[in-house]
Amino acid sequence: MSKETQKILTTDGIPLEESLKKAEKKNKIKAFLLVAPLLLYLLITYIFPIGDMFLRSVDDKMVTRMLPKTFIAMEKWDGRELPPEEVFEAFYLDYKILVKEKSFGKLATQLNYEKNGFKSILKKLARKQKKFKEGNYKEQIMKVHKRWANVEYWRAIKRRAPNYTYSKYLKGIDMYENEDGKIVQVDETRRVHKKLWLRTLEIAFFVTLFCFLMAYPIAHLLATLPMKYSNLLMICVLLPFWTSLLVRTASWMILLQQQGIVNDFFVWIGLFADDNRPEMMYNKTGTYVAMTQILLPFMVLPLYSVMKTISPSLMRAGKSLGGTPFVAFWKVYFPLTIPGIGAGCLLVFILAIGYYITPALVGGASGTLISNQIAYHMKSSLDWSFASAMGLMLLAGVLAIYWVYNKLVGVDNIKLG
Amino acid sequence: MALPKYTEPHYRIWHYFYLFICGCVFIFLIAPLFVIFPLSFNAEEFLVFSDGMKRLDPDAFSLRWYHDMIYGTKNPWGLAAKNSFIIALFATIGSIILGTVAALGLSSRHMPYKGLIMAILISPMIVPLIISGVAIFFFMAKVGLAATHAGIILAHIILGTPFVVITVTATLSGFDHSVTRAASSLGSDPVNTFMKITLPLILPGVISGGLFAFVTSFDEVVVVLFLAGLENTTIPIQMWTGLREQLSPTILAVATCLIVLSILILVTAELLRRRSERLRGINRY
Repeated sequence: MSKETQKILTTDGIPLEESLKKAEKKNKIKAFLLVAPLLLYLLITYIFPIGDMFLRSVDDKMVTRMLPKTFIAMEKWDGRELPPEEVFEAFYLDYKILVKEKSFGKLATQLNYEKNGFKSILKKLARKQKKFKEGNYKEQIMKVHKRWANVEYWRAIKRRAPNYTYSKYLKGIDMYENEDGKIVQVDETRRVHKKLWLRTLEIAFFVTLFCFLMAYPIAHLLATLPMKYSNLLMICVLLPFWTSLLVRTASWMILLQQQGIVNDFFVWIGLFADDNRPEMMYNKTGTYVAMTQILLPFMVLPLYSVMKTISPSLMRAGKSLGGTPFVAFWKVYFPLTIPGIGAGCLLVFILAIGYYITPALVGGASGTLISNQIAYHMKSSLDWSFASAMGLMLLAGVLAIYWVYNKLVGVDNIKLG
Repeated sequence: MALPKYTEPHYRIWHYFYLFICGCVFIFLIAPLFVIFPLSFNAEEFLVFSDGMKRLDPDAFSLRWYHDMIYGTKNPWGLAAKNSFIIALFATIGSIILGTVAALGLSSRHMPYKGLIMAILISPMIVPLIISGVAIFFFMAKVGLAATHAGIILAHIILGTPFVVITVTATLSGFDHSVTRAASSLGSDPVNTFMKITLPLILPGVISGGLFAFVTSFDEVVVVLFLAGLENTTIPIQMWTGLREQLSPTILAVATCLIVLSILILVTAELLRRRSERLRGINRY
């Protein structure tokens, strides 16, 4: 008998295997079609815009488009000494158009990011160029301001020639590409971003640690108490969880102010003199205290759900086999809670590293995080490409932790309430 | 949690120390919320307990800040509350529809690339809000929806769906699929099966996901800060502005109302969770 005839057929005469495959495929498509609307929605409104942020962060066509002739003329210039007459002439012609279109302010802002001092000399040039005579533009431009005779400024312009740049990313870690094309650190006095990244990591780390130290005992208590008590105490965890973030931050602002209740208490127990009340807000202390309280439920809930599954007889067994309660706890109970610890710590760390609202309100200057810097560049300095670059660097870090979280815990195991 | 009689003294001390620590943590968690209550009834303008309040003098308490919240001149709270409720309502409806349908697909065992797709669908919950805010702002500005209610609602749907997806997939994990097959074999079409059989069974999960989506939208500041114009101000935006400029007792009156609201939501969510667990036959305790 040949193999063909051995195959089982359905009533329609199609081999069963094929028919099953067909049904399977149909089911797959059906399931996918159900997910498709949300997936498509998120791709269009969320995932692609994040990709757009990347394009924005490396895009540098603005200056290239504003000074087309200049960059063509600059191609032949080696950048060692002052550029030749053609470059000056091309620059004059490009700039004349910008002045006529009244868009030279944008160029000034862009070039000022590259090197300080461009704003004033471009403004001066905009005024003076109206009286320029034909020919010998080099001398005429150099006469407007002595900085135009400084080769550094011309190099700065040339650096903006390419369409794409990674300079925003370098700036985010306090580096820049110097005149020789080497990547170097900025002056020590201007290294603000590196400090900010380190502070963000430090605050996220300590907030996670404090949350863990506070959540472990109460999660244990909640998991071991009889239900009627633990339900009541669970409300203490869940109510802050459901309460508005701003309300909780506001209450910390009231508690931590100089005439606030916490300070009153310190004075009352004699820790501080009445005229020497410590500043607990608008600095790191405020950020630590408020963020720990706000993120604590996210640590308690995963720990609780793991501890709930540990049978109390295991501890009794450990003790009856001769361990002291401490040994029994350390050798039996604690290792069993590690999955919960991992889940809680990763979740709190992910949330803490991107925190914005609370640090902005109670953090002052020394308690703000990288998010606050991103918001500043979005809203105040309007350097959107830099804000995008910083945001994506933060995102890369968060996604790395998210990936670990997904491997260890699985996103579908996130516990809510 | 009484200790057995034979417990040695130093473990007894340790045990009471442990209970003391737990008590402190619970106070740390819950006490800040209760500072707001009495201070919102303060008759004076200062955000500290006045001497009169400490003596429980009835004159030291008043409802003037609640009066100011509702009738105050140039009062922003009325408009803000209206906007907040409208935005949260539509964002919740959108999140529930998109999220529930997606959760149905995700919990099918035929779903391809389940892990990857789940990770994408949950990502708005994990990605820092400031980054979501920037990305969504760029998108809304491009399509001309910045500073409109529609733009904020669409943005809040993004942020709300992960919660619905999580709660509904959790409910579906204990779902007995033979009941839907039974319905189909009795001649019910898929839509009818969903409305009559599946939906009533997963309703607790849907509603609790919806509550999360509602609270997320109602409490969201970062994205709205980027998107809102003067017309679209919401309660969180007003609170944010107030807290940045000057902490006034009117804000505390608003905060008290919000706490009462969250207590209501918490009670609803708890009741739903218990009902859902009863329905699924899971006994947590």
